[in-house]
Amino acid sequence: MPTVYFIKRLLLGIPLLLVISFLAFLLVHAAPGGPFDRERNPASPEIKRALEARYHLNEPLLKQYLRYLGLVWEKDDQGQWHRALAGFNASMRYRNHSVSDILQQGLPVSMSLGALSFCFAMGIGLPLGFFSAMRRGKWEDYVGSFLAISAVCVPALVLGPILVMLLAIKWRVFPVALWSSPWHVVLPTVTLGLFFSGRIARLLREGLLNIFQAEFITAARAKGLDEFSILLKHAFRIAVLPVVSYAGPLLADLLTGSFVIENIFQLPGIGLHLVNSSLNKDYPVVVGLSLVYATLLIVLNLLVDAAYALLDPRVKYG
Amino acid sequence: MKASTDATERTNPSLRRFITGSRALLKPSAFCLLILFLLAGCLRREPPADLIIVNGNEPESLDPAIVTGVSEMRITRSLFEGLVRLDPKKAEPIPGLAERWEISPDGTSYTFWLRPNAAWSTGEPITAQDVFYSWRRTLDPATAADYAGQLFYIRNAEPFFNRKLKDPALLGIHTVSEHELKVELEHPVAFFLDLCALPAMAVVPRQSIEKFGDHWLAQRPLPCSGPYELDAWRLNDKVRLKKNVHYWDSVNTQTELVDFLPIGSANTALNLYETREADVVWDKELIPVELLDVLTNRPDFHTFAYLGTYFYRFNVTRKPLDDPRVRKAFALATDKRRIVRKLTLGGEKPASHYVPDGVAHYHSPEGLSFDPPAARELLAQAGFPGGKGFPRLEYAFYSAAGGGGRMQSKIAVELQQMWRDELGIEIGLRQIERKIFFNSQSRLDYDLSASSWIGDYNDANTFLDMFLSESGNNRTGWRNARYDRLVSEANRQTDLAYRANLFQQAETLLINEEIPIVPLYFYAGFSYFNPLKIVGIYQNILDEHPLQYIKKISGHNSVVSSK
Repeated sequence: MPTVYFIKRLLLGIPLLLVISFLAFLLVHAAPGGPFDRERNPASPEIKRALEARYHLNEPLLKQYLRYLGLVWEKDDQGQWHRALAGFNASMRYRNHSVSDILQQGLPVSMSLGALSFCFAMGIGLPLGFFSAMRRGKWEDYVGSFLAISAVCVPALVLGPILVMLLAIKWRVFPVALWSSPWHVVLPTVTLGLFFSGRIARLLREGLLNIFQAEFITAARAKGLDEFSILLKHAFRIAVLPVVSYAGPLLADLLTGSFVIENIFQLPGIGLHLVNSSLNKDYPVVVGLSLVYATLLIVLNLLVDAAYALLDPRVKYG
Repeated sequence: MKASTDATERTNPSLRRFITGSRALLKPSAFCLLILFLLAGCLRREPPADLIIVNGNEPESLDPAIVTGVSEMRITRSLFEGLVRLDPKKAEPIPGLAERWEISPDGTSYTFWLRPNAAWSTGEPITAQDVFYSWRRTLDPATAADYAGQLFYIRNAEPFFNRKLKDPALLGIHTVSEHELKVELEHPVAFFLDLCALPAMAVVPRQSIEKFGDHWLAQRPLPCSGPYELDAWRLNDKVRLKKNVHYWDSVNTQTELVDFLPIGSANTALNLYETREADVVWDKELIPVELLDVLTNRPDFHTFAYLGTYFYRFNVTRKPLDDPRVRKAFALATDKRRIVRKLTLGGEKPASHYVPDGVAHYHSPEGLSFDPPAARELLAQAGFPGGKGFPRLEYAFYSAAGGGGRMQSKIAVELQQMWRDELGIEIGLRQIERKIFFNSQSRLDYDLSASSWIGDYNDANTFLDMFLSESGNNRTGWRNARYDRLVSEANRQTDLAYRANLFQQAETLLINEEIPIVPLYFYAGFSYFNPLKIVGIYQNILDEHPLQYIKKISGHNSVVSSK
């Protein structure tokens, strides 16, 4: 029964997330330096102690973790026991924002950009790979493969500034940075998506070339089907499988933002937070964002498996 | 449908192919369109701001008691004013929420009279009780304010912070009436009015803070005491300020709506400015280091002396750096002019002394100059002739994404070269991540380390008191009873000339005799804006530019071209 199987897998994700949160917590605490190490110390050591006490950094690590989950009970001034406030929501760097604020503000931006780049990568990559495979060995194949390889070889770090220089500064077609109109979205989408379009094109081309050796394709050819419909109807469904398994983690990556892109184009996404929070030792934000990323990864991998069952009749779950 | 497809197949295979192809494309493109619509919904439509300022890193907070960074203080000062503020031209203390004050002859007691028309942006009056609450809040250990130490000059403030004293009534802050506040100090403090202009002493709304805790800044409308109120604050997106119409001097506020953009990349900042998506860029970290030589020649690029010093620290607890002769040899072998001419290029001045030139009421003594023969001589005296037998030490510096980070490593390499050439000593370089770097600097886990200091207020004390034996910012392990005595003695003086003299003796100890630090250069401030389009920004040593005086002259489209 496939539904039972998928529900089981989803439930298995819960302990997995707990383990991930614990590991993320431990790792970021194990790194040297703390959230309140700055160029200037407060005038008296008492002030730094007060800061650390406020965020319970003076407590044992395990207690801090339990506090993070909201599983610490404390006696108050009247001698009453009550549950201490859970710590997972309080950013240590941005004291006036909570982790949910950060997610609420950043996630929609990163997700829209990620989804658009994903569509862009698929929209360029799939036809390019398909076309190259169809014209395999001909000059069109070489041109297509060359384009795909170049897309893979130029990192966003280089592509972004080049696009900005040409399209935004020289010709003034698109804005240089920021996030406020649909025009602002174009350059980041291309910069983020182009690399993956190359990857996808190469994956699909390879997949198609492999599948051409399969017996059922020979059978289809023998039946006199024309090449185009063999490719599209029969070969494509199987050849796209590597692309699908690549697309799951890829989408999780894209949806959680990109540090490089957000830095170049100054976008208010969560990619910047993902990197900066660990540099700033902002423990709750690091763990919170890791959990979001892990959740996306778990769900998307599950979707990939489901897609396998739909595309390839040989795959069965349960 | 089936029949018609079959018919086309028979008649025209390429047409059929086209139909299948476009049908296959239909779904993905519909999906893309849907996403586009969703996206259009996500994007916000806001009225354009009248002035857009690129301001440096995302503010950690806008709570005046908590902010520590230069960029966030600039925003905070526009939102929350104290009894005293800084004038736009020279950044000297002038009356803010207080219209006047009196200082007792012995300099230990200040009486402030608040303006009768001082009001929150919500319209309620600001009273002496509000000031008392705000200062007490900064001194409350539960607030955990970094700058609480700047209030320790107030009588009983330090024991109150350390919870040795519970009753706030014992603090040297007394509300005489609705509009009169009396402050008693532990001893005369020459720069107390400068301190009163710090964000940590600004007036904040009690009701909001008590009701919303850490999230009080999210309240709308937020009661603000400064010339602006907070309209929007989105992380890594923008901070939008709106003119506070209830501000006591609101008639002189020049601009209605101001956007502060938090930008981390120097190139992006310049791009925004070049395409006129931003009017002003004012942060020294936001200048692309590679373009400095081109940028400094432009008429819209402004550079000015700034109250900051770049220097390096010795860990005097490590051998052989515990020997002042060795430290002096390093100092004499450091060619500061070369660093400024070859690397920083932004108009920085080489520093022979530690307190920057131009600080109020003070002139530093002349420090050590570049003298390699004397350096080699000293090193030989210390037992390392020609650098022979000198242990391998490391020079630590931090990495950062901004332009400042790259400069750090350039300077490190240059210093390494100088010491190799002049002293025959091989010093290793160690680049460390920012937080870890400051952590190990505090724990004295380094040999030599890159350092910098920006003054909090315009007085030599903001530089000299950090090397007191017990200061958390000393970070060299150097303890000197005479230095401690001189600095604390100076801080009790009301005679400014005598005070300066004591400070000079202390600084001589620091840079000529004991040398726990070697100053390299004084910072220069940078900004770019078109002076024909933007008025009201004046250069001063604190790099303070009160927002309410800044105005963009509209309809003026002249472009300042680069030379």
